[in-house]
Amino acid sequence: MALFVFVCSAAMILVGALGVVTRSNPVHAALSLVLTLFGVAVTFVALQAHFLAAVQVIVYAGAIVVLFLFVIMLLGVDRAENLRIEPLRVQRPLAFVVSTGVAAVVIAAIVRARDSLADPSRGLAPTGADAHDANVREIAREIFSSNTFAFELTSVLLLVAVVGTVLLARRQRSPGAGHPVRP
Amino acid sequence: MIAAVVPTTTWYLVLAAVLFGIGTLGVMVRRNPLVMFMSIELMLNAVNLSFVALASRLGDINGQVVVFFVLVVAAAEVVVGLGIIVSIMRRRASVTADDLADLRG
Amino acid sequence: MADLLWLIPALPLAGFLVILVLGRRLGEPGAGVVATLATASSFLVVAATYFDLLGRPEEERNLVLRVFEWVPVGSLKVDMALAADPLSIAMALFVTGISSLIHLYAIGYMKGDPKFPKFFMYLNLFVFSMLMLVMGENLLVTFLGWEGVGACSYFLISFWHDRESAATAGKKAFVTNRVGDWGMMVAMFLAFSAVGTLSYGAINHAAEKGQIAAVTATGIALMLLVAACGKSAQLPLYLWLPDAMEGPTPVSALIHAATMVTSGVFLLTRMAPVLDAAHPWATDVIAVVGAATALFAATIAVAQTDIKKVLAYSTVSQLGFMFLAIGSGAYVAAVFHMITHAFFKALLFLGSGSVIHGMHHEQDMRRMGALRKVMPITGFTFIIGWLAIAGVPPFAGFWSKDEILLYAFANNRALWAVGMVTALLTAYYMTRQVVMVFFGEARWHDAAAAHGAHGDHSHEGEPHESPWVMTAPLVVLAALSVVGGGMQLPFSKSTHWLEHWLAPVVHGAEADIKGTWAYDNKWWLLVLAILVASAGIAASIAVYSRGRARPIEPTVLADGWRYDSLVSAVVGGPGRAAFQAVADADAGIVDGAVNGTGRVVLSLSGLVRRTQTGFVRGYAAIVGAGAVLVLAWFLLRGWT
Repeated sequence: MALFVFVCSAAMILVGALGVVTRSNPVHAALSLVLTLFGVAVTFVALQAHFLAAVQVIVYAGAIVVLFLFVIMLLGVDRAENLRIEPLRVQRPLAFVVSTGVAAVVIAAIVRARDSLADPSRGLAPTGADAHDANVREIAREIFSSNTFAFELTSVLLLVAVVGTVLLARRQRSPGAGHPVRP
Repeated sequence: MIAAVVPTTTWYLVLAAVLFGIGTLGVMVRRNPLVMFMSIELMLNAVNLSFVALASRLGDINGQVVVFFVLVVAAAEVVVGLGIIVSIMRRRASVTADDLADLRG
Repeated sequence: MADLLWLIPALPLAGFLVILVLGRRLGEPGAGVVATLATASSFLVVAATYFDLLGRPEEERNLVLRVFEWVPVGSLKVDMALAADPLSIAMALFVTGISSLIHLYAIGYMKGDPKFPKFFMYLNLFVFSMLMLVMGENLLVTFLGWEGVGACSYFLISFWHDRESAATAGKKAFVTNRVGDWGMMVAMFLAFSAVGTLSYGAINHAAEKGQIAAVTATGIALMLLVAACGKSAQLPLYLWLPDAMEGPTPVSALIHAATMVTSGVFLLTRMAPVLDAAHPWATDVIAVVGAATALFAATIAVAQTDIKKVLAYSTVSQLGFMFLAIGSGAYVAAVFHMITHAFFKALLFLGSGSVIHGMHHEQDMRRMGALRKVMPITGFTFIIGWLAIAGVPPFAGFWSKDEILLYAFANNRALWAVGMVTALLTAYYMTRQVVMVFFGEARWHDAAAAHGAHGDHSHEGEPHESPWVMTAPLVVLAALSVVGGGMQLPFSKSTHWLEHWLAPVVHGAEADIKGTWAYDNKWWLLVLAILVASAGIAASIAVYSRGRARPIEPTVLADGWRYDSLVSAVVGGPGRAAFQAVADADAGIVDGAVNGTGRVVLSLSGLVRRTQTGFVRGYAAIVGAGAVLVLAWFLLRGWT
């Protein structure tokens, strides 16, 4: 059962990833991204990270990708990119080499260490009677006790990001600025 | 029998590595700024996957806490990045990453 | 008293600063009064120190005041320190005394000049530098004063700077002095390398104890001679002094007669033990240079027509006498002649200034004559100065010159003979000057009529006597020229007052001529000197006053043996080529290396620049490649 779940989620992930990279239409790429994110969420559930799986779907797939699609539609960049031409001639071969290199090196490291990773996932078994929200409780306990400072900082970060983006994306009213392109 | 094969942590980590590699490829090959951004999201997801896999293996909840924070920061990053892209692409809609090459020697 | 030594140079420095700031407001004659008071009060402090030293026993006559630590660099430790010992106080006395008189004189001479305050500012700065020079406790403080007087000389010679000739003369003085300064610097380096300090006390002590090798001492002596030749206008560096007459007459009197030009003599006397420790031929060189210069300059003075140029060459000649004295080991005689020369030469210069002032800035002696009737005080004092320099007893110059000739005879008779000829010529040309200016027919009527016709308001163009501010110093200096010889009379040991006073400083190096033929027969030499002087005076009167013989004034003498043109040709021709070569080498090699480095860097960066393509994807690829390499390295490192 676990194997079946793994294979399905891995397939979703990889197909979605390849779709992001290879689809010339940005909207199609965004939808492939959603597929990948769902796959990752399923994997989270298999790894006993239920809360995170939920958050992944809600925040990533539900908010971030929607944001992407808003921008694509707003700016009208849904025209397909011509993937046949590549202005920098050395770029494609180099990119292949680098990406395979990265993956290969990391996989090599993982394979080297597979003995110490050999135990099948023990899983984070629920420890108490109230088993159905144990994961949430544990995460909450950690966040609000030892990582409170980081928590506060990230909330500040979110605030700053929102304010900054509003300022960044404002239409300039100065004369001589370029005419904004109407979508 | 085949159901007795349980995916080990190694498998998850290898999956994450492959996902990371695909993300890297996307950053380097695609010219549309938005698609490049999406590829960066792929890389972040790969990292999240590794964290959760290892948290599961080591029985430490802190791995998941880290993923939580990574998620938040990734969200903020996307917001700001898209704001920048919006303000650049307002001029011409067909701006690619190669056109933004003014900072050159 | 040692604590107050700093007042001596500080008072003129204060005068300089006050006039620097408030000069324009003080104006005429306020700035002059301030300057004179500053110098005069410094004189009072020096006099007090003198009496303090007199009251001490001979061994203790050495006060040192350490003002602050000046240069503590590694093993070189130099203090800003002042030393009051017999030699420095003797120098300081006549420097401040004569300076005060000349400051007073200048108030009258520079009347009406638009740059009146600036003149006194420079004068005070000069007095400060000169005092630092003589009162310095080590070579570096003296060098500070040395350079200072050189700079002030430049300022003051080219004081009327809109005159081309004055500006050029100032530059010439400065550049020629620089050659001498090189000599002083090398001497300082040698002294430091031999003894490890620049302090006079230590160096002289080491020389007396024989701790300085004869070779080093000779080197130091010769370098000091170069320095002294520059400052004291000896061959071959004398040529700036006649041109320096472009400056106002008080400047000529103060700097180029009484004080700055004596610095060379002072320096050599200061380092007498080192000169004594050198090879004997070093002092012979000094004596020869002195004698040759004395004769050379005297011959030129015979043919000059400018009233100040005669006195300028005369100064060069008299300084030659002082160098002859030093070379013969007669340090006391040199200092004696320095002091008496200061008296009568300052007197003669100030007198000539009074004549120039009275003749409305006429300086050619051929247009003067019979001035003693119109300018009695000037004439009378000038005549006293003339008698002093010509070597007529009992005036001051006779005693000091005779002392020098005595020691010269004991050392080297040929040089003595040169000295005698020079004395003859001195008497001759000075008499010539006095006759042409003050006696004979008045040749200034035409010029006076021209002045009157142009509506010149001052006494219809006739020459007149100068005001009291100018004649009073003349009287004082004349009195000093009469009695100044008293400080070292040859009659007996007890009348050798100057020798006793200077004994702690020069006793080791002073030549001992007791028992020589010269010493035993000094009265005959004295009589011979009187005869020579009288002969010179008589010959000159015969030629210029009575007209019994034609004057011998060949152009080659008037042109100074064409030495100036020779120097110009050498420096302008091959000299300039050499300088140009050095300058080109500097521009080519040194600048070339620096600029070349810059060019190399530029071209390298031009190559590196091409990596900045501006393509973000390219950068990402490079970063990725780098990351792969780093990861691979980590992986391989731990692959056990």
